[in-house]
Amino acid sequence: MSACDKSSCGCGDNETIDLVAMSRRKFMGGAAAAVTTATLAPGITVMAFGGSTNAAEHKPRWGLLIDVNKCVKDCDACITACSTENGWKEPVDLLRDAQWIRKVTLKDKKSGFEQYLPVMCQHCAEPPCVDVCPTAASFRRADGIVLVDKHLCIGCRYCMMACPYQARSFIHEPLSDQKEYAPRGKGTVESCTLCVHRVDVGGTPACVEACDATGNGAMMFGNLNDPESAIAKRIAEYPSSQIRADLGLDPGVRYTNL
Amino acid sequence: MQRTVYRELEGSVGVYGLLVLFGAFVLSGLGAFWYMEHFGHIVTGMNNQIVWGLPHVFAIFLIVAASGALNVASIGSVFGKTAYKPMARMSGLLAIALLMGGLFVLVLDLGRPDRIIVAMTSYNFKSIFAWNILLYTGFMGIVGAYLYLQMERGVPPILLKSVGIFAFGWRLLLTTGTGSIFGWLVAREAYDAAVMAPMFIAMSLSFGLAIFILVAMIVSKVTGRPFGGALLARLGKLLALFAIVVLYFVLVQHLTSLYATEHHSYERFILVDGGIYTFLFWVGHILIGSLVPIGLLYHPTMGKKRPAIILAALLIVLGGLSQIYVIVVGGQAFPLMLFPGYEVQSTFYDGAFGQYVPSFPELVLGLAGVAIALAITIFGMKILKIVPLTLADSAVDPHHEENKAG
Repeated sequence: MSACDKSSCGCGDNETIDLVAMSRRKFMGGAAAAVTTATLAPGITVMAFGGSTNAAEHKPRWGLLIDVNKCVKDCDACITACSTENGWKEPVDLLRDAQWIRKVTLKDKKSGFEQYLPVMCQHCAEPPCVDVCPTAASFRRADGIVLVDKHLCIGCRYCMMACPYQARSFIHEPLSDQKEYAPRGKGTVESCTLCVHRVDVGGTPACVEACDATGNGAMMFGNLNDPESAIAKRIAEYPSSQIRADLGLDPGVRYTNL
Repeated sequence: MQRTVYRELEGSVGVYGLLVLFGAFVLSGLGAFWYMEHFGHIVTGMNNQIVWGLPHVFAIFLIVAASGALNVASIGSVFGKTAYKPMARMSGLLAIALLMGGLFVLVLDLGRPDRIIVAMTSYNFKSIFAWNILLYTGFMGIVGAYLYLQMERGVPPILLKSVGIFAFGWRLLLTTGTGSIFGWLVAREAYDAAVMAPMFIAMSLSFGLAIFILVAMIVSKVTGRPFGGALLARLGKLLALFAIVVLYFVLVQHLTSLYATEHHSYERFILVDGGIYTFLFWVGHILIGSLVPIGLLYHPTMGKKRPAIILAALLIVLGGLSQIYVIVVGGQAFPLMLFPGYEVQSTFYDGAFGQYVPSFPELVLGLAGVAIALAITIFGMKILKIVPLTLADSAVDPHHEENKAG
């Protein structure tokens, strides 16, 4: 495990997160019941959790799978849930207000066939926003979640120029009523955090939960690296696609029936 | 050719008048900065689609022009053209001043300008933006050293030439870096092209020389120190050549895009129906910013006349601002293509052309960048031995009289 000295950075490289990940595995049941230990020397113990020998289980890659066929035209439950959860007001000034997630309508130019899908930060494995950020404020956690360190962001907006998904918003005016787990600030850039505060305690992003609550079930969250996870199984079983796959960024958000 | 004598500018009404004028612009710019900083970027025309607006146009123009302004010195030291050597100090000072002006605007337009120290202490070495921070500070240091060595007595010519060559190499790197800020953006139709780097170098040659000519003329007018007509015409011819090189790169860029069907909609936006961007491209950049000045400068009689050369330089500056506006703002106004082949719509302007009208504070901040560059230049000339007592043709070119007779 790499050492991270920034206890508040949320990068996932610290002991607390590992403990949380352990408890999540226990919570998720079954496999974690089997714990193998081996003592190498006095005081040094190697512990192997779970019955699975798959090393990927120890390095999650959180992601989303969105079934476009199940995304309903007039539903905006995911957007409202994200806005409520993370404290960004539903946009009034559409040009300037933050939008962490938006619903895009696609219309086939020839046939007129319409589809609807939510678009947010795609949590790329090779994020251009992280590449271009001069101060390393934009960063990718070991578990694949792409975040902005609000203490390092100087508000240059180069990440917004670089993001192929138009996923980021700049805060144009002073803010109030922020959520303590989703700090925001005038003059900095922000985007979907994949509800990192929920994920780190074994939860699910608010958008996914809200989508499930409507009964549409268009959004699925999980560990893309765990072949036993529902999301990985679905991706292995059915065709899925990435937005702008041509860029080779390996986004963590995938779409089916697009 | 006589020995060049440099003197500080005399404290005339003209010199102080210029400093007061530029100072007023700088103060207004600081006011605009305070207003934008206090209320946030909500008071500007910028938004989540057009994230870089008019301040970036001015900042990039000044930074690009800065490296170009050094060319006059480079032509003297690196390429050994004797007539350019007396202008080398002016060239170096102007280069540093323009870069400072550009950085002034760039920094004050940040969302968190108070965190500028973070940009100096926390680096992401994969970011071309971070590389540029090093290139800018390096440029100021190297050109500053070059200027110092030029003014110091007893410096061996080989050392001066070596530093001159190093500065020339650095300026090429710097403009490559500035062009690559756009050239390395993979996501957008308008950018993601290697041609951006050499095109920005060509632009720097053109804009930098145009500003040098204008500043030299202002200083000559205010101080009464002569600036030879033949020398000016020679700079004018070089300026026309640089403007042609810019046009060449613009042509290559657009022809390459036009050949690929996937870029047709972007090309159509810029060249045909992009409104202000199309107007600024054809009228601002191509017509009055390139063809008219090139015509003026190559004209057999006009090309030798002082007012025509000054006008041409001014038009190239305006054309340069137009060109950068089209690249920076026009490039963002064309929507990102997330779903090629589909009509796209959302509350976040997916598939829609970006909307941007520059606000007054943005214009004031941008102009303050120009003013601070000019103020530093004039102030530097006032306190240092930068400007020769004469740049008359007979003083800078030993063969001037022969050429005239011949």
